[in-house]
Amino acid sequence: MLKPMISLVLMFITLFVLAACSSESTKEGNAAVVDKTGLSDEEKNAKAHAVPGSGDLQGNALEGASNPLSRTVVYFDYDSSDVHADDRPVVEAHAAKLAGNHDLIVTLEGHADERGSREYNLALGERRAQAVKKQMVLLGVAADQIRTVSYGEERPADPGHDEAAYSKNRRVEIIYAK
Amino acid sequence: MKKKILLSVCGLLWLSAAAVGAEEAQFDVVIDKGVEKPLPIAVVPFRANDPNMPVDVAAVISGDLERSGRFAPMPPQDMVSRPADFNEIHFDDWRRLSMPHMVIGKVDAAGGGADVEFRLVDVYTTRQLTGYRLNSSPARLRFTAHQIADIIYEQLLGQKGAFATRIAYVTVHKLAADKKQYKLEIADADGYNPQVLLESPQPILSPAWSPDGSRIAYVSFEGHNSAIYVQDISTGRREAVAAGEGINSAPAWSPDGTRLAMTRSAEGNPDIYVLTLADRQFQRVTTEPAIDTEPVWSPDGGRLAFTSDRGGQPQIYEKDLANSQVRRITFNAGGYNVRPRYSPDGNMMAMVHRDDNGDHIAVLNMKSGQYNTVTSGRFDESPSFAPNGSMIIYSTTGTGGTELAAVSVDGRVRQRLASPAGAEVREPAWGPFRK
Repeated sequence: MLKPMISLVLMFITLFVLAACSSESTKEGNAAVVDKTGLSDEEKNAKAHAVPGSGDLQGNALEGASNPLSRTVVYFDYDSSDVHADDRPVVEAHAAKLAGNHDLIVTLEGHADERGSREYNLALGERRAQAVKKQMVLLGVAADQIRTVSYGEERPADPGHDEAAYSKNRRVEIIYAK
Repeated sequence: MKKKILLSVCGLLWLSAAAVGAEEAQFDVVIDKGVEKPLPIAVVPFRANDPNMPVDVAAVISGDLERSGRFAPMPPQDMVSRPADFNEIHFDDWRRLSMPHMVIGKVDAAGGGADVEFRLVDVYTTRQLTGYRLNSSPARLRFTAHQIADIIYEQLLGQKGAFATRIAYVTVHKLAADKKQYKLEIADADGYNPQVLLESPQPILSPAWSPDGSRIAYVSFEGHNSAIYVQDISTGRREAVAAGEGINSAPAWSPDGTRLAMTRSAEGNPDIYVLTLADRQFQRVTTEPAIDTEPVWSPDGGRLAFTSDRGGQPQIYEKDLANSQVRRITFNAGGYNVRPRYSPDGNMMAMVHRDDNGDHIAVLNMKSGQYNTVTSGRFDESPSFAPNGSMIIYSTTGTGGTELAAVSVDGRVRQRLASPAGAEVREPAWGPFRK
């Protein structure tokens, strides 16, 4: 009962304000800019352009930082191709997303730290990427949704030469195709 | 009139190209350690009939001999006389300086060419040990000087020299935070005459010279995956010979140059394959579910050594191609051996061996089973033998980055290849003897 009454009152107030405004000179920032010069648009050299509404937002909502889908890198121990236990939820979350939409394609990029020969590290990087792929397939992702590439030690995330850097370089990156 | 101008312009370009080559070295080869008693030798500045020769031949020869770590050339400013012909030598001058050997020579330029004459003389017996008159030209003078250094080296040490050879390597320049430029280059063994074979924003690895030195195989990530290319050095023409799914890497030429061993994982696992270049057929060599990579041919072409972690830690194995038997090669303590390379005579094998102090280059005597660790950096890798088997070039990584170094097989001589450009230098491969 109260609601329609309030709307009516608000409407009257708005009309009142508008009527009051119209008798004054142009006011910036208000809903209406009223022109009292009496000249036509062409004479004033003004050009009014329609501004269409921007419509719906394009793109995807960003995942919150606590959502495992916001993470796209998983890490490994030295000489290992077992994903860290902490990172398993990340693999599971992306697997669920991929399994839910067969149109989505990912590239799993495998990397290694710089210790050891470049060629052996190329193979180690691939072993890691393949391990993540295998996990995802077991979780219901179609194999043709996943491509694997190894960069070995060639693309370090951290160029340092200590264990802190190495632990950041032993990784698989999950990259969605555009 | 026109012809004259054309010739003189060509001549000018010729000389300036040669001059540029002479001045621009990609590396300075610096001797860090030589043998205890290097052989004294006097390389007398050669007499040139034309003062505009772009190369000081005697200086190049001296430089080569000195950098080998086995010779102590005499500074030219200490020379009392400068004979160029045998009959100009006053032997007492040189005996007084305790010079057991000397080299004299001439450069005779005529008609666009330049003949180089040299004699290696034994001071105490006053006898000529060897001498040649070589056909050359201003543009080829450096190469001729290296050839002479090789002849002197072999005459006095009984082993072929490797001064007239080239090396291939990869340089990395950081252009911006996320942008690097990779270049595959070749240069003379002393760092001069660098030539860029490939430039790419993506990594380049594992250059491998064909046995006749006319082509180079390498791994390039330009297609956003590893792929093996074979490139003709003189024409620059190249083609991708292995570019399937998965890894395509570690190319190695068979001694007859008709096949490439490599690592491929297109069938689901990194394994060794042999590609016959004529018909592009692949033959699978390993089938273990382990990582098998870094194949290399024995000098007689009968065996392939490779890295495998089929036993847990990566070790070096060898497959006999005739009977398909595979045997493990490395049994040393420490348990991590990768990247095998046979010495040219097949008696030794260089490898990367990991111990508590890091990754070093080790040399295994295949007959005695004895190991000798010859380097002491933290991350030494990519060993490659000189074609005479005496030196091993490799890359070493310190806090300053990665650069090239060389060590003699017995560890007695050490060189650093200091790159003035400040780029990272890696993946060296020593080229074959040049004809």
